[in-house]
Amino acid sequence: MSAVTEVAASLPLSTWRSAIYLVAIVGFVIALKGLSSPKHARRGNLAGAAAALLAIAITFSAGSVTHSVRNLSLALVAMALGAVVAVPAARMVKMTAMPQMVAVFNGVGGGAAALVSVTELLHVHSTGTSPATYVVVEAVLGVLIGCVSFAGSAVAFAKLQELMATRPIVYAGQQPINAVVALGILVLALLGIVTGATGYVFGVLVLSLVLGVIFVLPIGGADVPVLISMLNSFTGLAVAASGFTLGNSLLIVAGTLVGASGMLLTRLMSKAMGRSLPNILFSAFGAVVTATATAEGLDGKAVKSSTPDDIGVLLAYARKVVIVPGYGLAVAQAQHVVKELADLLSARGVEVFYAIHPVAGRMPGHMNVLLAEANVPYDELKEMDEANPELPTADVALVVGANDTVNPAAVDTPGSPIYGMPIIHADQAQHIVFLKRSMRPGFAGIDNALLFDDKTVLLFGDAKDTLQKLVAAVAAV
Amino acid sequence: MTGFVWYLTVFVLAAFVGFEVISKVPSILHTPLMSGSNAIHGIVLVGALVIMGEATGPAQVVLGFIAVFLATLNVVGGFVVTDRMLEMFRAKPDARPAPPERGGPPGPEAR
Repeated sequence: MSAVTEVAASLPLSTWRSAIYLVAIVGFVIALKGLSSPKHARRGNLAGAAAALLAIAITFSAGSVTHSVRNLSLALVAMALGAVVAVPAARMVKMTAMPQMVAVFNGVGGGAAALVSVTELLHVHSTGTSPATYVVVEAVLGVLIGCVSFAGSAVAFAKLQELMATRPIVYAGQQPINAVVALGILVLALLGIVTGATGYVFGVLVLSLVLGVIFVLPIGGADVPVLISMLNSFTGLAVAASGFTLGNSLLIVAGTLVGASGMLLTRLMSKAMGRSLPNILFSAFGAVVTATATAEGLDGKAVKSSTPDDIGVLLAYARKVVIVPGYGLAVAQAQHVVKELADLLSARGVEVFYAIHPVAGRMPGHMNVLLAEANVPYDELKEMDEANPELPTADVALVVGANDTVNPAAVDTPGSPIYGMPIIHADQAQHIVFLKRSMRPGFAGIDNALLFDDKTVLLFGDAKDTLQKLVAAVAAV
Repeated sequence: MTGFVWYLTVFVLAAFVGFEVISKVPSILHTPLMSGSNAIHGIVLVGALVIMGEATGPAQVVLGFIAVFLATLNVVGGFVVTDRMLEMFRAKPDARPAPPERGGPPGPEAR
């Protein structure tokens, strides 16, 4: 035993630090694994947080971190500021604004990774040595990926927050301009790598920010969730690259874990939309739609609107009701009252379940999170493939704030930009009831012929308000 | 250079682990997963602390300061947001019947 302690005591502090980083890495893997089941997910996340805390704490044992009192105190100030901003922001953000919040936290992570890479390069230069070529390569990669992620996330945030148009922004010569910027980055990167001068790397930094913006502009609102997932993966890779620059295995492993998992998630998401990733990234999906959709026979038909009382009766005497939630449910904060309605109907003997499209809302699983908040049981949430066979026998499909995910154009209009996307077949139900705020098209910017179907009736108004009226109407039957 | 190859080995193996661990996540947890993995790359704070500590010129100090600030936002905000999402999955519907207007976690969305 004493021999063990002797050996332990003889090990340098840096070895201990690396060992603790290894513990943190295991914590991160456990965190990701925990997210595999709702039961362990929260514990998994706490394990990840504990691992991060441990790794950050042990980092302060490094002489390089603490040798300058001024730098150390500045670092502590920066951390305190970050925590003071992040905690209230994360605590108070509305559930509807979660996707934006993830975009923000992802973007700042990418920015941090880019800064770490470039500053490390500056530091190596300031010590009078010139960095090895592979160090410059790693730094350039970190700067490039980190800045694209930072700027791209900023634009994604602006789109989700509707600070700017959610439609794809296209302009003449878009692809050539993107190509020129990318080429410029390549040239500057090569110059930086060959000469080792940091000026070129700063050039890469600036142009990468530009690339991040112009790369995201043509991506339409409906595709932003996929985009965020991809940028999340990018940030992971940028962190891994900065880990290479610093020679820090913790950053390499943690960044790579996120990079790999983010890529996989991105692929799953684009698959759920029935489209390939390049198609999502480069096709300016939804940009040209207005013209075709309005020209396409929607004219001459009028929508039928109804009253909550009539729909209340329809629901109360139905045998099977399928609720199809979408982003409008989140906007209206209507998850509690939709559950109230569902409970009321169940109590009357109506079979009720929710049909969840994989990309309903603005992030995958968005609806599940919201409905879980309202304590909707898991078994009432059916995924698309499970729900669709049930729809032909459903008396009512109650579409609450969804649009694109039930648009039959995805099945029957080969020219439509969403053609090929799997949808919830609300159109196969006996009656379709849409709760809508207005006739505005969905996030993808495409008109929906289902609104004009003979089986369809609309209830205009705020979803929460309308649902409350429906609850009253059903209770009164 | 041997160091580089060693790190490359770590990188490649970590990529495989990332794929393996994630491939089993059900779609209902995709949002928390994205958020959770987002928090994990906030560990770049460790790198930011190192460059801040060894920063010499004013440029390095300023860049380091911003890096530490941004990385802290990422790691702290990321874990808190994820926890808030997952908090909602914890409640078993049968365990406690909830009145419809029951608030969620503290915060404005609990109105």
